[in-house]
Amino acid sequence: MANLKPIPERQFDLAHDSLRQLNLYLHKTAVGDGIKQIHVRNPDGAHSIAVGLDAPLDVHVHGHVGYYAAGMNSHASVTIHGNAGPGVGENMMSGRVHVKGFASTAAGASAHGGLLVIDGDASLRCGISLKGADIVVGGSVGSFSAFMAQAGRMVVCGDAEDALGDSLYEAVIYVRGKVRSLGADARFEPMTDTDRATVKRLLVEAGRDEDPSAFKRIASAKSLYHWHADANQEY
Amino acid sequence: MSGLQLEESAGFDRHTIDYIQRAAASGLYEIRGLGAKRRVPNFDDLLFLAASLSRYPLEGYRERCATKTVLGTRFASKPIELAIPITVAGMSFGALSARVKDALGRAATELGTSTTTGDGGMTTEERAASKLLVYQCLPSRYGFNPDDVRRADAIEIVIGQGAKPGGGGMLLGQKVNPRVARMRTLPEGVDQRSASRHPDWTGPDDLVIKIKELREITDWEKPIYVKVGATRVFNDVKLAVHAGADVIVVDGMQGGTAATQTVFIENVGIPTLAALRQAVDALDDLNMRGTVQLVISGGIRSGADVAKALAMGADAVAIGQGVLVALGCNSATYVTAGTPHSAVDDYARLGTAPGFCHHCHTGKCPVGVTTQDPELELRLEPETGARRLRNYFKTINMELTTIARACGKQDVHHLEKEDLVALTVESAAMAGVPLAGTSWIPGQGVS
Repeated sequence: MANLKPIPERQFDLAHDSLRQLNLYLHKTAVGDGIKQIHVRNPDGAHSIAVGLDAPLDVHVHGHVGYYAAGMNSHASVTIHGNAGPGVGENMMSGRVHVKGFASTAAGASAHGGLLVIDGDASLRCGISLKGADIVVGGSVGSFSAFMAQAGRMVVCGDAEDALGDSLYEAVIYVRGKVRSLGADARFEPMTDTDRATVKRLLVEAGRDEDPSAFKRIASAKSLYHWHADANQEY
Repeated sequence: MSGLQLEESAGFDRHTIDYIQRAAASGLYEIRGLGAKRRVPNFDDLLFLAASLSRYPLEGYRERCATKTVLGTRFASKPIELAIPITVAGMSFGALSARVKDALGRAATELGTSTTTGDGGMTTEERAASKLLVYQCLPSRYGFNPDDVRRADAIEIVIGQGAKPGGGGMLLGQKVNPRVARMRTLPEGVDQRSASRHPDWTGPDDLVIKIKELREITDWEKPIYVKVGATRVFNDVKLAVHAGADVIVVDGMQGGTAATQTVFIENVGIPTLAALRQAVDALDDLNMRGTVQLVISGGIRSGADVAKALAMGADAVAIGQGVLVALGCNSATYVTAGTPHSAVDDYARLGTAPGFCHHCHTGKCPVGVTTQDPELELRLEPETGARRLRNYFKTINMELTTIARACGKQDVHHLEKEDLVALTVESAAMAGVPLAGTSWIPGQGVS
């Protein structure tokens, strides 16, 4: 008798399958087919892989991806076994995006929820306009990271380049290494027990074991929250 | 006292003196709402050449004149079909109350046209009331989320706004109430400064990829609009076409805002008239007229304006300030439960009067349109507002078809540049139509 159970895994090979076929399957078919895990081979730097997912799928991309991988993700777990181009996990709402290599600019831009993990370095503007997601970067982050970040946490295990946290709102940044410079209205603040517990939890979720007490806290001084004449043009 | 002692300086007139003294006292630039108040060449400077012996008119009241408009035919599998070429421009919840957004949706739905969200996300009221809703993707990404992307009928990527091309939005703290703050993920009461650059792309080549991402997310169903504030329009429109836009929205400098620096409103960007001609030239240059649709906005007020915009090559118009005025903006009264009430004292408390108010930024709109104040917003009843807007749009649509029929057109989209002449040298040059009574188009020689 034939086994009528759905195949638990589905493979896509972007050397033969189109991006449209992949994303359409992830949007419309995977859940109905009972597929939980999807493997994507030969991404070859393609843009918009696994964007707009809205179900608890487990997607593994084996290779490097271009722009916006896992953009606007909800519920899904997307693991990139390679490097990611600009905007990985942009505007994600929930779920988990894990880049095993390095990430280019604007990683996690405007992300509202979920966890973005980057094992390597992240380039410029990591966590720009962050709106509630958590980001853990195993390496260092480029300049203007967390620019205008509104909510959420960013944990940087390496160093941060210039203008970290420029025009921050309520997001909080934790950096273990050196900070080349802070942006307008960002300031160092004392680490509390709550901060250390938060960093520890995020590191564990990211699969890391750095010492939380080695991190510094950066948050908004809130001097730009209200418009006034003494802000020295920092608007 | 002789008259000579009261001679006003042209360079330092009372307005300028007031400006300098206010700046000296406060150390802050002025922020205000609505659009440019300075006189710029506009659609009033154009006239129609209707039918006569050389053209054949339609009967004004009997013969059909089509107004159906389809936007987003280039790549989207579900283009937007509008009954009229007049749409509601993007205005945010935050700038406007939820009741106003509800009213806009109701009126647009009754008329078979679209409404547009703004910087601050999509409200449930707006989505429920609007049959056709265009969802803006702005630099701030406030409230932007994939569920609403999927619930939208089209996506509009906003590069800039006519009132402030190159600038981000503003919403002063008095309008950032708990709901607005929650939707935008901001602290309550903060003076919000929106980003002026998108967070995840930086130029036209990136925009190509961004648009493809949105198409993938929406399974290539929804039209993607790109909106630009009018500056280098010829180049911007070409780049937007290259980036893959289905529809391009060009917003001229007369376009309104909820709050922006006055210096920005009055001194940045080009007039809608000039912007429209450049946009049409760009589409013509690429042979994209009819493939990529063009929506023009920025100071459109009347059916004559709409007709002139269509004749110059727009496929549709978007109206913001005119919509607010229809709802009661700058009216001396507001109406609740069928009873008119005077708002004059409330205007006076803002230091202004009906007909002059531009105090949207304060959140203290005397007629309840641009406010988040729980008491003031009750001054605009959604049903009343919807009725007024419906009447306004119906009126200007009738004006549009009246002109089209007089020009012998069975479809308003058949209006053409050849139907137009200009009253001034400036408007002739900007619009690219002949000065009335001549065949001279400045800059193009004599034909």
